Amino acid sequence: MKLSDRAVRFGLKPVVFLASLGPLAYLIWAALTGNLSANPLADLTNETGVWTLRFICLTLAVTPLRKWTGWNTLVKFRRMTGLFAFFYGSLHLLTYAIVDRFAGLDQAPGWVEAIGAGHVPGAALMASTARGLARSVGEDIYKRPFITIGFAAWITMVPLAITSTAGWIRRLGGKRWNRLHRLVYLTGILGPLHYWWLVKADVSRPLTYAAVVAVLLGARLYWSRARRVAALPVRAPATRA
Amino acid sequence: MLIKRPADIRSSEITDKKVYLNRREFLGASAATTAAVAAGVLGTEAFVHAATPAPHGRKLENVKKTPFGADEKPNKWEEITTYNNYYEFGIDKDSPSMFARNLKTEPWTVAVDGECAKKGNMPLEDILKGQALEERIYRHRCVEAWSMVIPWVGFPLSDLIKKCEPTSKAKFVEFTTFFDTKQMSARTSAIRYPYVEGLRLDEAMHPLTIMAVGLYGEVIPNQDGAPMRLVVPWKYGFKHIKSISKIRFVEKQPMNTWQDQASNEYGFYANVNPSVDHPRWSQATERRIGEFLRRKTLMFNGYGDQVASLYSGMDLKKNY
Repeated sequence: MKLSDRAVRFGLKPVVFLASLGPLAYLIWAALTGNLSANPLADLTNETGVWTLRFICLTLAVTPLRKWTGWNTLVKFRRMTGLFAFFYGSLHLLTYAIVDRFAGLDQAPGWVEAIGAGHVPGAALMASTARGLARSVGEDIYKRPFITIGFAAWITMVPLAITSTAGWIRRLGGKRWNRLHRLVYLTGILGPLHYWWLVKADVSRPLTYAAVVAVLLGARLYWSRARRVAALPVRAPATRA
Repeated sequence: MLIKRPADIRSSEITDKKVYLNRREFLGASAATTAAVAAGVLGTEAFVHAATPAPHGRKLENVKKTPFGADEKPNKWEEITTYNNYYEFGIDKDSPSMFARNLKTEPWTVAVDGECAKKGNMPLEDILKGQALEERIYRHRCVEAWSMVIPWVGFPLSDLIKKCEPTSKAKFVEFTTFFDTKQMSARTSAIRYPYVEGLRLDEAMHPLTIMAVGLYGEVIPNQDGAPMRLVVPWKYGFKHIKSISKIRFVEKQPMNTWQDQASNEYGFYANVNPSVDHPRWSQATERRIGEFLRRKTLMFNGYGDQVASLYSGMDLKKNY
């Protein structure tokens, strides 16, 4: 299928962009209308995490799908899905920091009180909250392997998000940029691992993400081997006796 | 000028087109299979929550009010009946609310076995005949660090144990949850079934320990463990075994399901203890369902005055 640049830029791209915001829009709607579970705060954390994984899988699927179907237009969506993975990953991290860490701080009741009374918390409270939150998150990252892995997965996306612009591609040069962006393979491995270590017993869901990532990375491995074989120097023809 | 370059690859080294296409088909097929399996599994990773609160059941008669939990604000019926861990009906919190209605709880018998004089099948009506019921509003703390306040209706487990006449060899009580794949969806083999739990006999005889048969003054909904479930308020929720179909008096400490699943994470005692973390998360605080701020978890879930003496001299870090 060959679409004109115009059709992609002004037709398909906005559609994919809006669709990618769908999960967030749904979450906000469900949270406001009481359509989440009895523990909506846990839902927000879980759903943002799951959508991060889905966008990582989508991003990793672009190249194999393009090669497989020959539909090159797909590559034009890779940056968007990658940035959405970072977006949902950041929301996930933020939700965790607020719901899991901040809400357990001794300073948190002070915030609720201040906001309830309609004024901004004082500077002293802000400073001590920032310190408390940093310590609480830091401790958690240090103490709990699944948090360590999750945080590491988010960290791997940061340089990719920063260098996702055309300017950075130019500055780094295509080759170096490509090499840097292979970091997303690590994101793809760490993400499902983070999920795996979190669940209590049934690993079928994390296992599924791991399997999808394995197929997508495996396809790359396969193609790169095929390329290397193709690039081997031609042997001298055997002389016939 | 025409420069003729030799071909990079000899024609004999080029994979035959048919083989190449086959391989491509194979890759395609495996990718498609992965996609299909992934869609199947992740489809259950429900995004739209279809939780359905339990319909209100029969009102229980002559329920005695007790002072327990008078200072606590109970969680809503909707919360208590849509947010359940009952893996036999699926691993999501809302799965039991959707699938537990298939469980047939009448008639119900409890098999009594082991070191006791009154072995055999005990119909639930016999257990409840002449048994005074009372309301106990208890705090409920899940090992996953969330909690609720639940207005149970039940009776002291000690009453039932006395009826079974345990012998001097009975040191522990082992409970088993009813299991039937026809009535329980259990679509995942997440844990081994049937579910088993146990208590030391003195824990089981403790006046705080009850068998619950009601919620909010009504017959207990299926997702909460109908027709009869254990409530031990100073222990984590997974000790509170649901839909009990078997009680066995034993000499040795029973192997409870979660300990069997992961003994480094879940022990036999499972006393609520803010200073002993789960290996993967902290137990210092908890989220009371319906609240934003996390509460500090209390030792023995706040029932230490009544139960701490059961564990005097025991290392609770080792016996988690």
